[in-house]
Amino acid sequence: MFDLTGKTALVTGATGGIGGAIAKALHAQGATVAVSGTRREALEALAAELGGERVAVLPCNLGSTEEVEKLVPAAEEALGGHVDILVNNAGITRDNIFMRLSDEAWDQVIAVNLTAAFRLSRAAVRTMMRRRSGRIISITSIVGVTGNAGQGNYAAAKAGMIGMSKSLAQEVASRGVTVNCIAPGFIATPMTDALNEKQRESILKAVPAAKLGTPEDIAAACVYLASNEAAYVTGQTLHVNGGMAMI
Amino acid sequence: MSDIAERVKKIVAEHLGVEAEKVTDGASFIDDLGADSLDTVELVMAFEEAFNCEIPDDAAETILTVGDAIKFLEKNAA
Repeated sequence: MFDLTGKTALVTGATGGIGGAIAKALHAQGATVAVSGTRREALEALAAELGGERVAVLPCNLGSTEEVEKLVPAAEEALGGHVDILVNNAGITRDNIFMRLSDEAWDQVIAVNLTAAFRLSRAAVRTMMRRRSGRIISITSIVGVTGNAGQGNYAAAKAGMIGMSKSLAQEVASRGVTVNCIAPGFIATPMTDALNEKQRESILKAVPAAKLGTPEDIAAACVYLASNEAAYVTGQTLHVNGGMAMI
Repeated sequence: MSDIAERVKKIVAEHLGVEAEKVTDGASFIDDLGADSLDTVELVMAFEEAFNCEIPDDAAETILTVGDAIKFLEKNAA
């Protein structure tokens, strides 16, 4: 089950906690993985951790339109002509209360979290359609469904990702391409490590599982959606949140 | 039949999985050859690749029949 031998994957934001775990999990299932992110050294370190085999390093700043346009062609070249699995994982936050949310903070978050995912999906789906198989998996967030005070821009981008994925899913379902989202809840990453004890306590009160999730929990969901076994699952959002929101 | 016409018809027949004799100049992709809107986009992509040219959206919208595609490509193919 869930064997990805011979498949190729492009993972954005691979230097982050969740992206790194996704890259490792896809690789462990046999896929050849192109890892993308802004920091080359961190990507090289990840590639070394993967043993340097079946891995390609593709630095890219998703805030730059030109760099985004080049990423899928570069990945296709590095991966032998095709990207079977695209994981739109990269994301940034520029939190602020709504009345203080600047145009710049809005635009940056929409550009990196939503527009880049659109452009990468549009580029990758061409070859997937031709090959009559493919997986597009976008990492959205629980806040894209529930909203979150202080994250108007981030929640809008993440909700946008879900609507975009459902639309694309309908267009390409007949061609063997599935398009899904994974919505993590609170996951232990460097970002949540920064929380103090009090913040952590109040978050955990809202999680029936009474603990933070791990990047591996998200990676496992990603492996499933990437697999042949998930061929009949499309347009869905898989919530991985310890029961924090049951939607 | 020109070389381009022959290649266009071959691509259409292969892509839509229809018999070669059905692929006439007057055949409409959607009405006669059973294509859906996604097929037409894929066909345009296939033409672009085969003939190494770009078919802009407004031109693609006017390519409704096999003959339309042949005419466009005879004028614009590299």
